[in-house]
Amino acid sequence: MVSLNHYLVLSAILFAIGTAGVFVRRNLITILLSIEIMLNAVNLTFVAFGRALGAADGQIIVFFVMTVAAAEAAVGLAIVIALFRHRESLNPDSWTALKW
Amino acid sequence: MAFYVFAVIAVVASVLVIAQRNPIYSVLLLIASFGALSGLYVLLEAPFVAVIQIIVYAGAIMVLFLFVVMLLNAPHEETDYDERIHAYEAERGAGVPAERVRGAGAPGVNKVPMRFGGFLAAALAVELVWVLTKGGESGAFPSGAISSVKTIGQLLFTDYAFAFEVTSVLILVAMVGAVVLARRES
Amino acid sequence: MTPLLVAQIGLTLFVFVMLLNSAAVMVYVERKVAAFLQQRLGPYRVGWQGVLQPLADIVKLMFKEELRPKAADAFLFALAPIIAATCAFAAFAVVPFGAETTFGGWLPEGLRLQVADVNVAILVVFAVASMSVYGIVLAGWSSNSKYSLLGGLRSSAQMISYELSYGLALAGVLIIGNSLSLTDIVNRQAGTWLGFIPKWFVFLQPIGFLIYMTAGIAETNRAPFDFPEAEQELVAGYHTEYSSMSFAMFFLAEYVNMVTVSAVATDLFLGGWHGPFLPESLGWIWFLVKVGAILFFYVWMRWTLPRYRYDQLMRFGWKVLLPVAVINLLVTAAGVLYFEL
Repeated sequence: MVSLNHYLVLSAILFAIGTAGVFVRRNLITILLSIEIMLNAVNLTFVAFGRALGAADGQIIVFFVMTVAAAEAAVGLAIVIALFRHRESLNPDSWTALKW
Repeated sequence: MAFYVFAVIAVVASVLVIAQRNPIYSVLLLIASFGALSGLYVLLEAPFVAVIQIIVYAGAIMVLFLFVVMLLNAPHEETDYDERIHAYEAERGAGVPAERVRGAGAPGVNKVPMRFGGFLAAALAVELVWVLTKGGESGAFPSGAISSVKTIGQLLFTDYAFAFEVTSVLILVAMVGAVVLARRES
Repeated sequence: MTPLLVAQIGLTLFVFVMLLNSAAVMVYVERKVAAFLQQRLGPYRVGWQGVLQPLADIVKLMFKEELRPKAADAFLFALAPIIAATCAFAAFAVVPFGAETTFGGWLPEGLRLQVADVNVAILVVFAVASMSVYGIVLAGWSSNSKYSLLGGLRSSAQMISYELSYGLALAGVLIIGNSLSLTDIVNRQAGTWLGFIPKWFVFLQPIGFLIYMTAGIAETNRAPFDFPEAEQELVAGYHTEYSSMSFAMFFLAEYVNMVTVSAVATDLFLGGWHGPFLPESLGWIWFLVKVGAILFFYVWMRWTLPRYRYDQLMRFGWKVLLPVAVINLLVTAAGVLYFEL
């Protein structure tokens, strides 16, 4: 029988994968994707808890998280495009100086 | 049973997202992962969230990612080798001042912080799993889930009305920000 | 195996085959209508009046060589047409096309004439439509050709822009229909006002219908919004490098998408299978007639209007269609509140 714990463990694993992506990868787009993985792991937790408690609030918070994710993706990708125009690179190590 | 299928797809796809060198494949694998999550939402009796997950994440946000990856057309992550070649070519190429390139080209990728980061992530996973399962067996879900769109809508426009309005401002700010950032200064 | 299950499986297969056939029929109709609009004959050599022309086309496509550019990404190049065709077929799964029937008492209980009964059907249609962009974008990227890439980029930008208006036009109907299920919405359009005007939502949502049709043309990449394949500028856009059956898949996807958009428009705005003169059990004839009319409209538009310029397309989508759709939604919501529909 699949219980709440199963979902919590799954989302913990997904969250850790996202964190690993942010730490390990040196590509701005992949780092943004990893952040999306983390946000989704949290969404899963919310829906699972909402299901366990029999309340719709969990699902509503997911909508807000999705909105924030959309806003984050739009601004984040705009920044990536602007940075790429300067250095022709997606490696975050290329921007170690504050000003150039 | 269905839970395990979707869970395995989600985890494997997510691992491959961060293991891929090619961002296009990363984006596609992430979409697969979202599809699996959407299946999990159906299992949790939240069909509305499941469909919204596909529409918003897979249908809009990921298209945006794909669009940017294609627009920049810089598919592969720079390895040690690429960086040396890149710096060399750029130095020879016209228009780019040499000292700028040398300042940018890091002296090879430093692996130590990466490995440390990977270790931290693994530690986080272990810790989270330990904490979450410490509370003992949580038992099966109660029957009679709240999944009607009507309930969600009513809550959204009564209890969460303020958050909803603030979200609209957030989106406006993001829109203006994205336009300002991505605009080419003439 | 209950009779109902057998009937359901048979129905699913039937819908699949009919969608395949509809693509073949649409190829013929498209060419004939184009010829009619341009005052020429069109295909007439293969069979009577050229009705076997689609068969000849299929045979021709099957015997062509399957080519792949050397620099293409092999996996994605093969995957893209599959995604396109799958999404096109998947969307039709939730579209009902007839009233509940027992096939003249053959079945113990009524069978709904649709493949899958989902209570968030409209959202599913919308979700699948939003996934279909990947087929085109990936085809464009994986071909590793500049024309394909431009086609893919245009497609992604166009789809995102017009999906908003598409969604808002759907939302107007949802508010009036007070349901997310297509079957419920169709059943709300039964009957007449004043005895002769059918209760179709197109009369309550004329602007919504226009927005839906416009955005639908853009979503299916048909002229005058066929930028992803714009022959004169991009050779053939996203499918420049495709040949043989993988090209046929894109072709199929385009026509099945058209049928799906028309079927959804029929269910949402034109009363689905409800109509005068025919008993409820023969409602699917009305459904076919209405879908056929919308498909004819599509073909008519394609051969009448010239292609927009790309900046005009974007300006129209964001500065005209979207504001109108938002205002339409507001007015609809206010109207529903005021008249307590």
